[in-house]
Amino acid sequence: MRSMNVVKASGLGKRYGRTWALRECTLEIPAGRVAALVGPNGAGKSTLLNLAVGLTGPSAGAVTVLGGRAAGAPAALDGIAFVAQDTPLYKNLPVADMIYLTRRLNRRFDQRYARARLDELGIPLKRKAGKLSGGQQAQLALTLALARRPRLLVLDEPVAMLDPVARHDFMATVLAAASADGVSVLLSSHVLTELERVADYLILLARGQVRLAGAVDDLLAAHGRSSLEELALAYLRESPSAVTR
Amino acid sequence: MTARTMPARPDEDDAGLRPVPWRRMAGVTWRQHRFALAGVAVLLGGLAVWLWIIGTPLHRDYAAAVACHPASSPACQNLISTFAASATSNFMGDKGPGGVLLQLVPALIGAFVGAPVLARELETGTFRYAWTQGFGRWRWALAKLVLLAVVLAAATAAFGVLVSWYFQPELGPGPYQTSPLITLFGLREVTFPAWTVAAFAIGALAGMLIRRVVPAIVATLAVYAGLAFATAAFLREHYLTPLVTTSINFNLPGTGTAWTISQWSTQGGRFAFAGNPPDSLVNQFCSSVPADKVGPLGFAPCLAQHGYTQWTSYQPAGRFWPFQWIEGGWLLALSALLIAVTIWLVRRRAA
Repeated sequence: MRSMNVVKASGLGKRYGRTWALRECTLEIPAGRVAALVGPNGAGKSTLLNLAVGLTGPSAGAVTVLGGRAAGAPAALDGIAFVAQDTPLYKNLPVADMIYLTRRLNRRFDQRYARARLDELGIPLKRKAGKLSGGQQAQLALTLALARRPRLLVLDEPVAMLDPVARHDFMATVLAAASADGVSVLLSSHVLTELERVADYLILLARGQVRLAGAVDDLLAAHGRSSLEELALAYLRESPSAVTR
Repeated sequence: MTARTMPARPDEDDAGLRPVPWRRMAGVTWRQHRFALAGVAVLLGGLAVWLWIIGTPLHRDYAAAVACHPASSPACQNLISTFAASATSNFMGDKGPGGVLLQLVPALIGAFVGAPVLARELETGTFRYAWTQGFGRWRWALAKLVLLAVVLAAATAAFGVLVSWYFQPELGPGPYQTSPLITLFGLREVTFPAWTVAAFAIGALAGMLIRRVVPAIVATLAVYAGLAFATAAFLREHYLTPLVTTSINFNLPGTGTAWTISQWSTQGGRFAFAGNPPDSLVNQFCSSVPADKVGPLGFAPCLAQHGYTQWTSYQPAGRFWPFQWIEGGWLLALSALLIAVTIWLVRRRAA
């Protein structure tokens, strides 16, 4: 396991107008983890992820990825695959064209993996992406992301729109990639139960600030809680202003 | 679960990794914009066939009228009126539907191809996919915009040559001549592609700023219309300093018709009147001038006998190509600037 940090933020802040969506965020997410970014709606989860993948620039502080690369730089994008909220795809393009685009736009692309995985999922290559079910669209976006063989997979609310079966299948694919291929994962969600099974690292955000961050086992032990959900709820309720790193 | 077939990440240290090659964007751009480009091909192809079908008999009639000698004979006059009737019925000139329809083509191509390039990505959220691929977001925008602009320029330049062929009977020396500096000047070999690329660049920037396809198209058409009108009405005549003459025969034989910018008269070295002579002057000196000889030049010989000098400032028809390149040049510079601003916004704008 690499000892580098997949995401490192120091004093990171993002302001929209007069509102700080994220403030004084300092954290280091180690490689080889499935890290869950948890918090209520509007806590700044998407902002933090967008900063990490370089879709938006910081108003304060700095964020680097994959051991010191500037977020959004070509060297960073090369090693990060991002699946945005609602898994945006070109709805009018066939699945085969989505594979083609992703292959052409990246240095590495595992075409055989992508084909085989879609075959397994029963997603026809000729069908337009917009005609797939929500679960299939999410799986397609995830397959394209994993076929890039990223070091870090970033998922923004990946299962929010999916039914329970699709949710389970999606998370199974993520976990397989994490355990078999050693991909580091950073995913955000406001559905705590979903993360219980998969996450071994937790970052708790509320009102634009990091409330808690660390390995799940350590946090549970340190706070005397038995489950991630219990810990997160307690923390969000009881100590809204405390910041633990 | 399918295992990945590539060897586990070779820990190539990608500190000095090479960027994804530019040429890869050709296929990407084609897959994403083939319907828009096919639409352009259908539009230009259809118009080309139409121009060819109605242009062929027009050229035949024109050739017959020009070749006829002596021009004043009744037979020749018949040929000339045949050509004039054919020309009128075929919507010639920029006042006819043919001309007006063609004026819309660069704006439509630019708006419908240019505006969606970024607006659709931003409207549907797919920019979160496109801008996080290894290619890099500003390189993606640059490659896409330049490729599409070059393809559009090539297609419309070819079409501009056809337009010039079609309108040649009207513009060349002959019975129906008008100035090439005025009639359809913006739809010729250089200006047609230049205006199309300018509309495309306006569309791309509007799409980036407005982030919605339909409003971006509307804004593009509005900005384009304003720019085209301002250019034709105020800017074009200043490309080169107009020539000034007191002669009434400033159209040199064989060079086509000059573009008259302004006319005025002096008497005894002092300004007398601009344009047409006032009625009082006409009634006093020139009431006998035949009705088909009116206008500043028509009255000039008569008023000259009474000490008036007729001045004309004009752009000679021989300046057609310099004017084409001047207009094409500044439009392409403007397009390059707009595309550069668009890419700068893609690079720095928070999404």
